[in-house]
Amino acid sequence: MSGEKRGWQDLEIGCVVTEPGSAASYKTGDWRSERPVRDNTKCIKCGICYIYCPDAAINEDEEGYFEADLYYCKGCGVCAHECPRGVITMVEEEEEEGEK
Amino acid sequence: MMEICIYGRGGQGGVTLAELVAHAAIREGKYAQSMPSFGPERRGAPVLAFLRVNETERIKIRTEIAEPDVLVVLDPGLLHVGDVVSRLKKEGIAVINTKKSPEEMKSDLEGVTKIAVVDAMSIAREILGLPIVNTTMIGALLKAVGLVKLESLEEPMQERFGKVAAKNIDAMRRAYEETVVR
Amino acid sequence: MRKGKIVGLEGSFAVAEAVRMAKVDVISAFPITPQTHIVERLAEMVADGELDAEFICVESEHTAMSACVGASAAGARVFTCTAGPGLEYMYNMMTIPSSMRLPVVMVIANRALSAPLSVWCDHSDMMTIRDVGWIQMIAENNQEAFDLTVCAYRIAEDKEVLFPAIVHIDGFYLSHVIEGVVLPDEEEVAHFIPDYEHPFVLDPEKPVSMGCYGPPFIYPEAKKAQEFDFEKTKPKIKEIWKEFGETFGRYYAPVEKYKMEGASIALLTMGSIGETAMLAVDEMREEGRDAGLLRLRLWRPFPFKEFRDAVKDLELLVVLDRAISFGMGGPVCSEVKSALYDKRKELSIVGFIGGLGGRDIPIDGFKEMVNLALERVKMVERGEEMEPEMIGVREWGR
Repeated sequence: MSGEKRGWQDLEIGCVVTEPGSAASYKTGDWRSERPVRDNTKCIKCGICYIYCPDAAINEDEEGYFEADLYYCKGCGVCAHECPRGVITMVEEEEEEGEK
Repeated sequence: MMEICIYGRGGQGGVTLAELVAHAAIREGKYAQSMPSFGPERRGAPVLAFLRVNETERIKIRTEIAEPDVLVVLDPGLLHVGDVVSRLKKEGIAVINTKKSPEEMKSDLEGVTKIAVVDAMSIAREILGLPIVNTTMIGALLKAVGLVKLESLEEPMQERFGKVAAKNIDAMRRAYEETVVR
Repeated sequence: MRKGKIVGLEGSFAVAEAVRMAKVDVISAFPITPQTHIVERLAEMVADGELDAEFICVESEHTAMSACVGASAAGARVFTCTAGPGLEYMYNMMTIPSSMRLPVVMVIANRALSAPLSVWCDHSDMMTIRDVGWIQMIAENNQEAFDLTVCAYRIAEDKEVLFPAIVHIDGFYLSHVIEGVVLPDEEEVAHFIPDYEHPFVLDPEKPVSMGCYGPPFIYPEAKKAQEFDFEKTKPKIKEIWKEFGETFGRYYAPVEKYKMEGASIALLTMGSIGETAMLAVDEMREEGRDAGLLRLRLWRPFPFKEFRDAVKDLELLVVLDRAISFGMGGPVCSEVKSALYDKRKELSIVGFIGGLGGRDIPIDGFKEMVNLALERVKMVERGEEMEPEMIGVREWGR
């Protein structure tokens, strides 16, 4: 949860964060109770899921399909809701774990 | 130290009078402090402004003046409004804008032993074309108690009034000539 | 030593002159009595080209401070000012520059708080921002309003300080009073407050994040660092005041002393009332009473050591508060008592509340306070309860 534990003397003046883009190390994937599972046979590579993802957690792969980065994906389900072809199903984390 | 109250109506320029004389005194190397009676300004309402001048020492006191050495009255209609006149020190002087003679004025004001009178309203109307007597009454004040030189007011008035400064300076000088001290 | 020329200036204009000479980049303020003349004068200076600054007009004090925070974060030298209820509206944003270490400079024309509605002076407003982490100093006259504003920039922007700073000037008593002020040479002021560089500014070439989220795992560390650095500002403030004195001939100290040699009784005041209190001390000395006067100049950080040193030979300290902490008495008095609790328990401290909402305290008022305090010391010796007392208040009308 907390990342690195710094002492008060380690902090920059005004608690300024000097590392640009350090929010990228923050694992929001922990927040997810459901994950998006895709059936790419139905996918038309339209990129709607990629556009709608509120966390920019969806990336395009080499073949032009889209996949959520589970380090960041919070499991909101917007992609599943917006997909025009019903490619994406939200599956409870527990079930998914069980299938593995 | 001389403590002066200026008694006028909101909009008559009593505060400006105090400020101009303070500026003049400071230019002469004296210590001066001008102070409005604090609060919202209301046109027409009786308003006091305060002025302290000390030739040699820094002025430390910052309270309103309770018992002035000099009372400048911009509007004779105010003489019987409130208790301002009665707070004038026994040996103090009242400098009044009035058409009345000093004798008449004196008999009007119980307990005031020394007065200076001038028909500032007529002077202001004639020279400035306006019924605003504050700069005119500076002339009367200086005639009555000295305080600063007439010339010392020229620069502050110039800065304050720009183009119309000359007329105000004329009105002040005219009042200085016409003021009668008794 | 007196360098510069004497000019008749009201306190508000003296502040505006200091801000002009400090060559600020950004001003954002909302006008409110009795601070209005400061804003008006600065707006005029910007409009007339006397001051090359951005004047950001805002709809509230809350936004004024927000604009100052943004401008300061971008590395600009900024100024704002407010009073009374305006300060209360700004309060929400006050802890931002102090926590983010942005050297915003502000002048407050101290004003009472409603209700009943009062535009007049007391210290109710400044007492509500005791704990927001700003350096706070208070002026006694228009010269000090000018000098301390100049010093505020130098102090706030010092590399070892980097905290926002407030100069308190009593509303009307200073803001609207004209008196002689020595204005130093502009170049000398510019030299005294050179351009500064904040170690972190908003810069696309070197991105940083300011005012981040602080969960429990980091918030206390952030506050510890802030408090540690804030305490360290005091020697720097003293050093800068000393340098100001050497440059301009007027010296300032965290606790100012007047006729304290051999004094067993002292009055303690803050702000413009201090000069009237001096006259009371003069009279008491002439009457054979060994009285002196202390004036708190630096309110935050509180000058514990200097204050303890100043009272070490006293038997009675009479504290005047121009504010009331309902149910607690005078805030300055309670702070003073806590500052001395583990050091000088034998010193009698009697607090009075007076001068609220613009009520004058005459010279005799201070002498009366000392007399009452001496009676109260006897009451305490007899084991009687001592409640905080308000002075200069009518008991029954006629």
